[in-house]
Amino acid sequence: MGFMNRDIISIRDFTREDLDRVFGVARRLESGGYDRAILHGKRVSLLFYEPSTRTRLSFQAAAQSLGADTVWFAGVEGTSVMKGETLKDTIETVANYVDAIVIRHPYDGAARWAAEITSRRAERGERKIPVINGGDGRNEHPTQTMLDLYTIAQSQGRIDGLTIAMVGDLKYGRTVHSLAYALGMYGCRIRLVAPDQLQMPPHVLSYLSSRGVECTLHTSIEEVIGEVDILYMTRIQKERFPDENEYNRVRGLYRVTRKALQAAKPTMRLMHPLPRVDEISVDADEDPRSCYFKQAGNGVPIRAALLAMVLGGIS
Amino acid sequence: MNAHTDGAKKGMIVSPIENGTVIDHLPPGRAVRIARMLGLTEGAVVIIGQNLKSTKYGRKDLIKVENRFLTDEECSRIALFAPNATVNIIRDSELVEKRKVSIPDVVEGIAVCSNANCITNKEPVPTRMVTVSRSPVTIACHYCGYEVKAEDLRLRG
Repeated sequence: MGFMNRDIISIRDFTREDLDRVFGVARRLESGGYDRAILHGKRVSLLFYEPSTRTRLSFQAAAQSLGADTVWFAGVEGTSVMKGETLKDTIETVANYVDAIVIRHPYDGAARWAAEITSRRAERGERKIPVINGGDGRNEHPTQTMLDLYTIAQSQGRIDGLTIAMVGDLKYGRTVHSLAYALGMYGCRIRLVAPDQLQMPPHVLSYLSSRGVECTLHTSIEEVIGEVDILYMTRIQKERFPDENEYNRVRGLYRVTRKALQAAKPTMRLMHPLPRVDEISVDADEDPRSCYFKQAGNGVPIRAALLAMVLGGIS
Repeated sequence: MNAHTDGAKKGMIVSPIENGTVIDHLPPGRAVRIARMLGLTEGAVVIIGQNLKSTKYGRKDLIKVENRFLTDEECSRIALFAPNATVNIIRDSELVEKRKVSIPDVVEGIAVCSNANCITNKEPVPTRMVTVSRSPVTIACHYCGYEVKAEDLRLRG
């Protein structure tokens, strides 16, 4: 399937071959291929209904590095969402102004719905405006997963067959849902470390099981740290908890320090989608195995590659 | 062939109909829900039998509806909640067609996603559920991916 005008909604919509093409374009851009002529005259909207630092700024940097303009809002204050405008009406409107829409939204499935709205517009004879999911509620964050996979491949030389632990808020964390789906394509062994109430949702586990992925559940990092090639930490997300008491029971449960990393393999890499609160101590930043800031940096080449591909700047 | 089902023949617990549809072999306790899902409770003469004896399944529910003939799409919807159901079309007191139901690939509009944070529960978005497993019948929301067993599927309204 080609990328021109393609919506980027769920990592499950992509094959390994698709992902390899994205990584190939990202590598070309990183090795001197950024050119403002690639998306000259294009305009990208960034509709961020929820807070974001890395996703929004890396999309904006990516678009600008290829010559595209951006129009955006960050938070719904000051928009007609405050007056009760539906997502449908916002998308129908913004689609008139831009060539692509990047959306982050608090509701699960919002990005898929936004993509359907622009597809229906296209059925009415308008241009198809591709929609890119920048995180929808507790559901998915596919571009984060692409940059995660890119980082894993960079640091380990491969993705196939690695053992990867995901730690923390696996229930509400959209990054780990998308990553788990993707790792199933690479024959990875998955270790899920979380308290019972924050374990991976049943629908993600059943997806992994139906694809024969070796996946085990754990409650402490110590059970897996010596075995894994990637330790993927996540923040316990206070804002996703329906009940603050539930949050208080699990906050601060997992913490990786430089000392704790002594138990890990020399080739292990410590990753985190960021922001962190206290789940990785600052002293761990100096450990050569920590690569979360490099990971965040990879947001630019991956998102630039996606924008270039869906907007036809690079075929 | 006589139109009456076994429940009606053996003691006439459920009275026969001349023209309409008999939905048979429903799991016990599902008849009212299925009648509601099909909109049978609005206007038509409907006879609901619950916990009837069944030689095949021990107990079953059954629905008879007069002067209403179900479409293939309606039969598919029944399959979500009653995969072993049979739909009997009755004309002039004769059984003229007996259909087995089959589970649909997609169900649009009638169900509610069980994920409270799904866009379909927050904004006016028509639901679309996709069958991801047929045994047990498991349905996933097209938008958020949340899965439920068919027996736990909630209906709109």
